[in-house]
Amino acid sequence: MHTQITHLLALWATLPELLRTLVWILIITIGVILCVAFLTLWERKVIGWMQLRRGPNRVRIFGLLPGLGQPFADVFKLLTKEVVIPSKANKFLFRLAPALALVPALAAWAVIPLSPALVISKANAGLLYLLALSSMGVYGIILAGWSANSKYALLGAMRSAAQMVAYEIAMGFALVGVLMAAGSMNLGVIVHHQQGGFLAWNWFWLFPLFVVYLIAGVAETNRAPFDVAEGESEIVAGFHVEYSGIAFALFFLAEYANMILISTLTAVFFFGGWLSPFAGYPLVGGTFLADPSFFWLGLKVFVFLFLFLWFRATFPRYRYDQIMRLGWKALIPVTLVWIGVEMAMAAIHIGPWARPWFH
Amino acid sequence: MRPTGEVEAVLVQILFYLFATLLVAGALGVITARNPVYSVLFLVFSFVNSAAIWLLVEAEFLAIVLVLVYVGAVMVLFLFVVMMLDINLAELKRGFTRFAWLGWLTALAVIVEIVGVIWQHGLGGVDVSRGFVSEPANYSNTLELGQVLYTRYAYPFELAAVLLVVAIVAAIALTLRRRPGQKVQDVSRQVAVRADERLRVVKVAAEKRP
Repeated sequence: MHTQITHLLALWATLPELLRTLVWILIITIGVILCVAFLTLWERKVIGWMQLRRGPNRVRIFGLLPGLGQPFADVFKLLTKEVVIPSKANKFLFRLAPALALVPALAAWAVIPLSPALVISKANAGLLYLLALSSMGVYGIILAGWSANSKYALLGAMRSAAQMVAYEIAMGFALVGVLMAAGSMNLGVIVHHQQGGFLAWNWFWLFPLFVVYLIAGVAETNRAPFDVAEGESEIVAGFHVEYSGIAFALFFLAEYANMILISTLTAVFFFGGWLSPFAGYPLVGGTFLADPSFFWLGLKVFVFLFLFLWFRATFPRYRYDQIMRLGWKALIPVTLVWIGVEMAMAAIHIGPWARPWFH
Repeated sequence: MRPTGEVEAVLVQILFYLFATLLVAGALGVITARNPVYSVLFLVFSFVNSAAIWLLVEAEFLAIVLVLVYVGAVMVLFLFVVMMLDINLAELKRGFTRFAWLGWLTALAVIVEIVGVIWQHGLGGVDVSRGFVSEPANYSNTLELGQVLYTRYAYPFELAAVLLVVAIVAAIALTLRRRPGQKVQDVSRQVAVRADERLRVVKVAAEKRP
């Protein structure tokens, strides 16, 4: 058995680089989609518990935990349903829109360092690449809203476009702060520069930016309490009101993939990515707990995803003008002020700016 | 994309011609599409393809910023406006033949400019027929651009920034007008409101049972 594994590893090393990259892309994409499947279940369970219900508890896989098969049951149900295309809809764009929503959410994983060794592309401009991709996600929503030829869908698309453009600016400025603290746009380098335990991570010196980034991330993914693009109680279901079957499921896949992405990015930018919180502390500093690994990143992502679900179960939906006000008049000024504070910190060499690379 | 061998070089060539063809096709789509929404989408498509071509020549900063600024922000707003317009196509077509000469003149000017630049580079010893020379592995386009922008070209860069700020202020000042009789919500008052300002608890005498 052991020799077989070494044989396989040797075979793996002989494969051309292009092929190995393709295999990794496939593994990560399938991993993200599986995470999305179980995230939907976890969301329904968590919100259920918060509202003193049980959540999905009927479909089992192999007699395991009740409810574990629910995501698969949902997927098969949606796959076998008819995709209704409204007669006056723009058929080409109507079919294209779900794909346009999903592609950026998956393509962003190319530059994310999942563990010290595992990253598909060590792009130098990784941070810019992420910003560019997250700004492209809005096309899926706008086109879905317009092509459906429905008043509600168009209203949802308009709301979403204005909201995403507004919150992208706050998000970009928060990342400017991260960029200043790391001195690089390469995500691997950003993680490396946060070395040194829990308090050395960016969240400590960039706390206001972390809060802004998280809020903007929730708004960017159109999640509650910023889900006016869907707004069931006002505009039925917003941009995807005319979608059914698997086309509808693709929008949900995109939304949840974006949630996982934003959580991962928050962990990478502000919470040290795959670094261990215990590194550099007495007692645990030398043990296996202090080793950087994928496990730590997974744990952090899980915590942030839980926050997303918690927000949804807790907060009432924002009014549209209040969303705009929060984005433009609260979050953007906060980031601008903190960038000024960072300049001062850099000038007197404290925090991340006391590190040797800065001089 | 760093061509190391024959195969990679051919691959880069193929990709270049692919993106260039798509770019030209997209640009033609912009001016021939009947639906203005399609025109905007063709323009987005052209931007993405030209960004891809820039990536092929290792100008990753320019490529990503093109997508980030134009595709991600400017074109979204364009689309936003175009979707809300109810454009009368007959009205649009009326001026077409009258202003066609202007369009041809502009096209001619652009072509002359492009040819002029290539011509001049050819005279200056840059062999434009040979294709692109790739940079060493640790080369960062973003870093290089930042270094010249903040040292050598610091003043022009700042001037451009000031110009943009002036443009923003002007745009806001032009659209900001107070209309009398307009109903506006004062959000800070709404946020600061207390329950006893909105709610009155009234004691009502219980009715006697008949």
